[in-house]
Amino acid sequence: MKRGSRMADLLWYGGAALLALWVLAPIYLIGLLAFSPRMAVYRWPRPLLPLEFSVETMQFFVNATGTLAATRNSVVVALLTMILSLALGAPAGYALARFIFPGREAVRMGILMTRMFPMAILSIPLAVTFIRIGLYDTPWAVALVHTAMALPFVILITSSVFMAIPRDLEEAAMTLGCSPLTAFLRVSLPLALPGLAAASLFTFVISWNEVFAATILTLRQRTLPALVLTVLNESPLYFRFAGGFFMVAPAMIILLIIRRYLFNLWGVVSR
Amino acid sequence: MSRWWKAEIGLPLALLMPAILFLGLFIALPSVQALLLAAQAPDGSWSGEPFRRMLADTRFMPALRNTLVLIALVIPLQLALALTMALIAQSRRRGAGFFLYVYAIPLAISELAAGLVWLAIFTERGYLNVVLRALGLIQRPIIFLSYEHPIGILLAVVIAEVWRATAIVMVTLVAGLQMILGEYWEAAEVFGANLAQKLRYVVLPLLRPSLQAALIIRTLFAFQTFAVVVALGGGVLPVLASEAYVWYAGAHNPHVAAAYSLIILALSALVTGFYLYVLRVHPEEMGR
Repeated sequence: MKRGSRMADLLWYGGAALLALWVLAPIYLIGLLAFSPRMAVYRWPRPLLPLEFSVETMQFFVNATGTLAATRNSVVVALLTMILSLALGAPAGYALARFIFPGREAVRMGILMTRMFPMAILSIPLAVTFIRIGLYDTPWAVALVHTAMALPFVILITSSVFMAIPRDLEEAAMTLGCSPLTAFLRVSLPLALPGLAAASLFTFVISWNEVFAATILTLRQRTLPALVLTVLNESPLYFRFAGGFFMVAPAMIILLIIRRYLFNLWGVVSR
Repeated sequence: MSRWWKAEIGLPLALLMPAILFLGLFIALPSVQALLLAAQAPDGSWSGEPFRRMLADTRFMPALRNTLVLIALVIPLQLALALTMALIAQSRRRGAGFFLYVYAIPLAISELAAGLVWLAIFTERGYLNVVLRALGLIQRPIIFLSYEHPIGILLAVVIAEVWRATAIVMVTLVAGLQMILGEYWEAAEVFGANLAQKLRYVVLPLLRPSLQAALIIRTLFAFQTFAVVVALGGGVLPVLASEAYVWYAGAHNPHVAAAYSLIILALSALVTGFYLYVLRVHPEEMGR
């Protein structure tokens, strides 16, 4: 930007700030409602500043029937999804990154293609199957479908994580007497760990946020989004807003933790 | 290249097999089952009944139309907004990294939560009315999300979706831009190109692979729009995914629900093929 005149700077900062406001203002507003007294939702007119801070609304949401159980289910499902998709995805990603074998491109294409399948087409027939085999309405049922959704993503990410680690390093370790396995464990794995951790945390967020399959596959063992969705029409506005904030907050914290890896993660997946 | 890398076929296959089996079991098999479900009457006999019922349902055409209208409105807006954000974030000015992170925040926000966030704004005593009142523009709240005017709900859904899902497009474009900007941009500058020319002749052509990926992924997700519509419209505005849900959970009819999910899949496949064709990348153009 050589001709970066003051005018251009002004335009840039103005535009950038405006767009940041567009992203942040709605989050601020729902946070404001979540931490106002319950009846503030119905007041007219009302202030835009946090003048009457209160945890009453959040308390009401957390103490409402089912919230804590649903939160626990959400965490269990997300953890299961994280573990399953890493356990299945990381070896596959490693294979795609490190080996040249017949059918490699076909496998890669096949994994990309799975993205085309909507949640509805997985969860509706699986609900029927899960009812038959007694898996319906359990965290496992939801975690299995979430894993199917997250696995292609995890495979592609891990493959790029391993691709970024020069294989010479592993070969060097092997010439120094390591077996392929110990070369992997002592050299590649430690280098890959941050990327794998970021991918896992993102998997957690994907599962934590998913609502369609979770609603279809549960009845009593609701996850948090499934619970909020199914009681939406019978619940007061302040319950919905508190629920919205309660779901957003942990996901935003995780995103903050992995922000450095975000663009590498997505850049790879989109190619 | 040591012998080990080339000789092994068994090891990579063994590493891939669990994932492939899992995807087969939980993606391929259910898809076949969906096909079977949609071709059976509830008593298990082969029948065109589920599709007939779906097509005869008065909510089918509105659901299809709303889904397509949403996509037609949301995707171009997202593309323009995401490109703007990506270009802003690629500047070398101080603070660009901060803005990049801020624009990526909605990645963490679910469709349902986004619907609730915008409900707080568009509901009768929501913040849009509060702000309009503070500006002295209105005295009484305006009802934006009215059951009588689903168009208001539709626009609210468009805004909520643009707000939430632009981040996915932006992050994909940023990844693509990082490869282009630099030399190409500076070369264009040397030859005196203005911003519009740089966009038209440098950024957009080179960004085509990223644009293609972003468009495909966004449109695929947009066909599944569900929770945001429920949160803002409470069932007044049917879309394909919400109808699949209602037929399964409300009417306890997985057959018609499966027929709906097949429609979503068919449209997804069609659109993916369309994007791949229209935005196809000629290898000689990319030079790699």
